[in-house]
Amino acid sequence: MKRDYLLLTFATVVVLLLPFVLPGDYFVEVFLFMGINVLVALGLSMLMGYAGQISLGHAGFCGLGAYISGALTAQAHWPVLPAAISALIATALIAAIVGWPTLRLKGHYLAMATLGMGIILYVLFDQFKPLTGGASGLSGIQSLHLGDFYLDTPKRYYYLVWILVIMSFWVCINLVRSRTGLALRALHSSEVAASTLGVNVALCKLKVFVFSCVLTALGGILYAHYITFISPETFSFMYSIKLVVMIVLGGMYSLWGALLGGAFLSLLPELLHKLEDMEVIIHGLILLLTLIFLPRGLVGLFQSIGDRIRGGS
Amino acid sequence: MVVLEAQNVLKSFGGVNALRGVDVSVQEEHITALIGPNGSGKTTLFNIISGVLPMDSGEILFMGNEVSSLPPHKRATLGIARTFQNLQIFHDMTVMENVMMGGFRLTTSGFIAGGFYSPKVRKEMMTLRKDALDLLESLDLVQYANQKAGDLPFGIQRKVEIARALALKPKLLLLDEPAAGLTTKETLSLAHFIQSLKGRNITVFLVEHDMDLVMGISDWIIVLNFGQKIYEGTPLAVKRERSVIKAYLGDRRAKS
Repeated sequence: MKRDYLLLTFATVVVLLLPFVLPGDYFVEVFLFMGINVLVALGLSMLMGYAGQISLGHAGFCGLGAYISGALTAQAHWPVLPAAISALIATALIAAIVGWPTLRLKGHYLAMATLGMGIILYVLFDQFKPLTGGASGLSGIQSLHLGDFYLDTPKRYYYLVWILVIMSFWVCINLVRSRTGLALRALHSSEVAASTLGVNVALCKLKVFVFSCVLTALGGILYAHYITFISPETFSFMYSIKLVVMIVLGGMYSLWGALLGGAFLSLLPELLHKLEDMEVIIHGLILLLTLIFLPRGLVGLFQSIGDRIRGGS
Repeated sequence: MVVLEAQNVLKSFGGVNALRGVDVSVQEEHITALIGPNGSGKTTLFNIISGVLPMDSGEILFMGNEVSSLPPHKRATLGIARTFQNLQIFHDMTVMENVMMGGFRLTTSGFIAGGFYSPKVRKEMMTLRKDALDLLESLDLVQYANQKAGDLPFGIQRKVEIARALALKPKLLLLDEPAAGLTTKETLSLAHFIQSLKGRNITVFLVEHDMDLVMGISDWIIVLNFGQKIYEGTPLAVKRERSVIKAYLGDRRAKS
C-alpha cells in the first residue's frame, strides 16, 4: 500500500516533466489522449478487477458524459464547467438506475446486459438527432476555459487531463485500502460470505458501478471539450472492447494495470500506423496472448521480474 | 435466556421437503449441536437462520426479535456469524485481510470517506488490523498473516474462516461442520477452542458429523431426520435414545 503512494508520486513527477522532453505538440497530444484512456480504463478496473463485475458497455457511459456535456454547451450554450458537472451527475443517476436491476445478474448474463446497455446508448447517440447531431456528429462544443484562461493548447490540456488522472488514482488507491475496498474484493471471491459478514452486496456493487461510470464519463467529457466535435463511432462497442483489452493486458487485479494497459494501447496505433484496419485483429490477438501467457497482465510480469532481480542479488 | 428460536420452519426444494416444520431453540452460552444423517436438512436450517436462503414459512427469532424477513447482511449486523461446510474464504486476500473483513460490521465509514482516506477510515482500519492480529494470535495463525488464504492447507483455511467469523464479535456463532477434513489432533484442539468460546459470551450452534466431538463438547443436542426434529436432549440422553440410533443405523440394530 505504501508502495502504491510511492509509485503515484513517481508517476506524477514523470507526468509533469514529460512535455518538456517530448519533441512536439503532436506527441503531447498523443499522451493527452493516453491520459483520457487511462482515466476511462481506471473506472473499468475498479469495477472489473476489484469488484469482479464485468462491463462490456463502458464506452456507452463514456459517450454519455461526452454527449450530455457537449450538447449542453453546443445546443443550450451553457458554460463548460456547469455542463461538465451536470453531465457527471446525470451519468451517475443513469448508471444507478440501470445498474440497480442489471447488477443482480452474474457472469455471462451481466456481460450480455452491459453489452446491450452500451449498444442502446450508441443507438441513442446515433438516432437522437436534434440533441446529438446523429451520425454526422455533434459539433460546436465549447472548449474548456477558466475565465479568460483557455485550455486549448495541447500542453495546457495535457496537464489538466493528467492532474485529473493522478487525483483519480489517488482516490482509487484510498478506496482499495479502505473497508470499502476490502468489501469489494471480498464479494469478488464470495458474495455469500461477504453478505454474512454484514456487506450489503447489491448496494456495494451499485456504488462501485456508479463510481466507475462517473470516472469513465469524466474521460468522455475531457475528450469532448478538447476535440470540440464528437460522433457516435468513438463510443461504439469496439471502444468497450478496447477498454477490456487494456484492463486485461495491464493486469486486472491492480489499478496500475489500467495505467500500463491504457498507455500501451494508446501508443500502439502510433507505432503501427499502416495496420489501422487490422486494429480489431490486433486487439483480439493481444487479449488471447495475454490470457494464455500473462494471466496477471503486464503488472504481473513486472512483479515477477522484480522478484527475480531481488532473488538474484 | 434463549438466543435463537426457530419456529415451524418449512422449506422445500421443488418436490423435496427439506424442512417440514422444525422448531429449535438455542440457550445463551450453551454449545448446541445439530446432528442427523446426510440430507436431513441441517445445512438448510443454517442457511435459513443466517438468511442466505429464504424459507417458505416459519419464524426466526434472535434475542427475542423477529429476523425472518431480514437479509443476511442485516442479520450479521445484529451479531449472527457463521462458517460454511464448503469453505467460503476469500481466496485472493491474505489471511490478515480475511480476518479484518470479519470486523466489517463494526465499522461505519462510507464510500466517499474511503476515497479520501479520512482520519476516521484510518482509525477504523487500524482497529480492524489490531483486532484481527489478536484473533490470529489466539488461534495460532500469526505466521500465516500475510499469506494468500487460498494457498494454505485445508485445516488452516478452516481456522481462518472461524477466525473471520469471530472477528465479527458475534453473539451467536453458527459452525457448519467445523471438523470436516481435519485430522484427529486438529479436531481435538478445535474442541478445546470451541469450549473456550463459552467464557467469551459467545453462543455456539454447530452442525457436526464427528460424534466424539459432538458428545464431548455439547450441552444440548438436536437431532434431525428427513427434515423433522426427532429428538433433543443432553448428550447422554441422545446416546440412549432409540429413535436416534434408528435414524443413524437403521431398524434392526435398534431392536436388538
